[in-house]
Amino acid sequence: MLILLWPMLVFSEFKPWILFEAQSLQASWQFLASFVPPAHSGEFLQLLMVATWQTVAIATAGLTLALLCAIPLALLATESLSISMLETGRMRLAGGLIRQAARWLLVLLRSVPELVWALLFVRIVGLGPTAGVLAIALTYGGMLGKVYAEILDSSDVHGTETLLKNGSGRLAALFYGALPEAAPELVSYTTYRWECAIRGSVVMGFVGAGGLGQRMDESLKMLAGDEVASMLIIFVLLVGAADWVSTSLRKRLG
Amino acid sequence: MLQHPPAPPVISRSTAVLLMGLLALVTASFYSLAIKWGELFSADALRSGLEFIAGFAPPELAGPFLLKIAGATLETLSMSALSTLIAAALGIALALPASGRMGGALYAITRLMLNVLRSIPELVWASILLIAAGLGPFAGTLALAAHTTGVLGRLFADALENLPPAPETTLRINGATPLAAFCYAALPQILPQLMSYTLYRWENNIRAAAILGVVGAGGLGQMLKYHLSLFQMQQAASVIIAMLLMITVVDGASFWLRRKMTGS
Amino acid sequence: MSLVLRGLCVHHAQAAKSALDDVTLSIAQGEQIALIGPSGAGKTTLLHTLAGAIRPASGEFSAFGTSPWKLSHAGRHQLRARFFLAPQTPPLPPRQRVVTAVLAGCLPQWSFWQAISSLIRPGDADAASDALARFNLQDKLYARVDRLSGGERQRCGLARLLVSQASVLLVDEPLSALDPALSLQTLNVLQQEASNRCATLVCSLHQVELARRHFPRLIGLRDGQVVFDAVRDDVTDAMVEALYQNASGITAGADVTDLMAGARC
Repeated sequence: MLILLWPMLVFSEFKPWILFEAQSLQASWQFLASFVPPAHSGEFLQLLMVATWQTVAIATAGLTLALLCAIPLALLATESLSISMLETGRMRLAGGLIRQAARWLLVLLRSVPELVWALLFVRIVGLGPTAGVLAIALTYGGMLGKVYAEILDSSDVHGTETLLKNGSGRLAALFYGALPEAAPELVSYTTYRWECAIRGSVVMGFVGAGGLGQRMDESLKMLAGDEVASMLIIFVLLVGAADWVSTSLRKRLG
Repeated sequence: MLQHPPAPPVISRSTAVLLMGLLALVTASFYSLAIKWGELFSADALRSGLEFIAGFAPPELAGPFLLKIAGATLETLSMSALSTLIAAALGIALALPASGRMGGALYAITRLMLNVLRSIPELVWASILLIAAGLGPFAGTLALAAHTTGVLGRLFADALENLPPAPETTLRINGATPLAAFCYAALPQILPQLMSYTLYRWENNIRAAAILGVVGAGGLGQMLKYHLSLFQMQQAASVIIAMLLMITVVDGASFWLRRKMTGS
Repeated sequence: MSLVLRGLCVHHAQAAKSALDDVTLSIAQGEQIALIGPSGAGKTTLLHTLAGAIRPASGEFSAFGTSPWKLSHAGRHQLRARFFLAPQTPPLPPRQRVVTAVLAGCLPQWSFWQAISSLIRPGDADAASDALARFNLQDKLYARVDRLSGGERQRCGLARLLVSQASVLLVDEPLSALDPALSLQTLNVLQQEASNRCATLVCSLHQVELARRHFPRLIGLRDGQVVFDAVRDDVTDAMVEALYQNASGITAGADVTDLMAGARC
């Protein structure tokens, strides 16, 4: 245990005493003391509201674009709508290749962390919410697409199969068989991801992708404790509200 | 002659309000963000984007640089492991009062604390803790530990609350101290659950630790930020590939472990 | 002959025994046939093969003069619209409304946009209502499928058959969740519908007496093979008894004697 722990402590430069050195104690104390009272001038609160809305908007717009990219990819990646799978238990070569390609694309999209996408997009499109929206769209597109395909594959396929066997088209079978079967699970997962996207969009603000995160980064750099304090409060409330909205929506479905 | 069927029922009002609200939210989001589609898809942007991507090739593969990447990867792994250990210990300590074993006042306070710890993401913690702990992996470790304590503490507390109370009360009635009763009755029951939560969080923390460095808290992220800000794209490409490799390996290992555990 | 099988064998994936073994049949358009035999005899597999849903391992299968498995992928799928396969468990998603579930029978004829708009506003509610009325279910038109009882759900699945425009109706144990009175009524509706539109009806049944009373031709199936294929008057009690005797590996007699022998030692 110690043999493992020791190099870990060294690598992570674990020196708790730093925290208690006079200099850093003083800095922390000054910073913490400036938390009270939180900034509450009208002008600042207005700024904060705009930033908060921007955070929610980035998450919502990003997730909408993510849906546009996830749905077609999930339909390509799922096995439940394959007619050749029904006939022989195997997929035709072309269909199988397309399916594998869609899966690899989904893996690639979601393996790169959203923050890295955001860093790259900030370089391409410049500072601002556009980078955040694109980063969420790509990462969450990958996650949603993969999970949608899994949900479609694991839900009851009897209805879909029968429709296909009776000669209905693949998309029609999706809307009349697979979707009514899996809709609650799909919607519930999407709401959960929306909640995650709100948290993600705050984080991406730290690399310059707009919203609450960017403001917080600026205030932290200026050591403006009172502003940081009100932002943290707003942020905890925002996350709590998103959590509440998404759980109550999921309860309604369940 | 059969009569005509009745008209289909209209959708309920609450569903309609929900759908309209959703539509309004999406429209307002796109409208207020004023996304620069034009710049994104103009020939100019396309060219600079392609140039940007072309700049990544070939990734830097020189020996000393790879050694540096290996170091940063070890740093990332250490940060995640150490912070998960700290968080598991603190999580249990906070879960005891947060499961309602020490009275209502402590319950409310610790639950609030866990919620605050949990709802602030690692990256925000890191940028706040930088002030106290200075640049480097130590701040990152503390930040990961803070957020993870919130997550694990809440999961542990919920597990403790849902435990059937009989074994523990029996020991208490027979005269055992509260701590002894907890260690002998409650702990053995929830230990497997605690282990699996902790391992799951460790996996999560490895991903998180990889990007924490973007605000200066050590690990691979710090290297990425550094090279990107100097426009050293080939080095940045290697760091991104290292990140992807690490995440893939960890995912594969945990998938394999889980299959092993459930398979046997 | 509208449907012809010659020396047909079907294997299921991961099964040692073949599900259908050297089956030869020919069925004329408009015929009404009952398929009987013990559980696991291959009745369901035969129905699915006739619907063109399972690819036979060997042998010939032709429908309406063409061989589905020699057609292109798309051509074969088009041919499927002329068949209607009603599986034993009704294939209805629990959260769907009955009207949508019934109208899903029209999907092969509908364009994609017709299908989508019918989800919002039922495209042919009259047809769905008429179909349900023939099973006395017209008041369930806008109910949700998961609010129906087992028997209602089964007849709702058959109402889908009534709105389809198929000319071969393949029905797998349509009476398994119904009481005797409803069984009779449901069977009458199916047979009437088949003769009204001159469709072929192949129906697998466990109620042998009902089958002998109502169907002009009976096919006995066991262990994937056709045991008899005869008109109603030629089917004797002895043939039926032989069909079901010691079925599907239940060799009770042998076991008992073995046990007795063991006890004597």
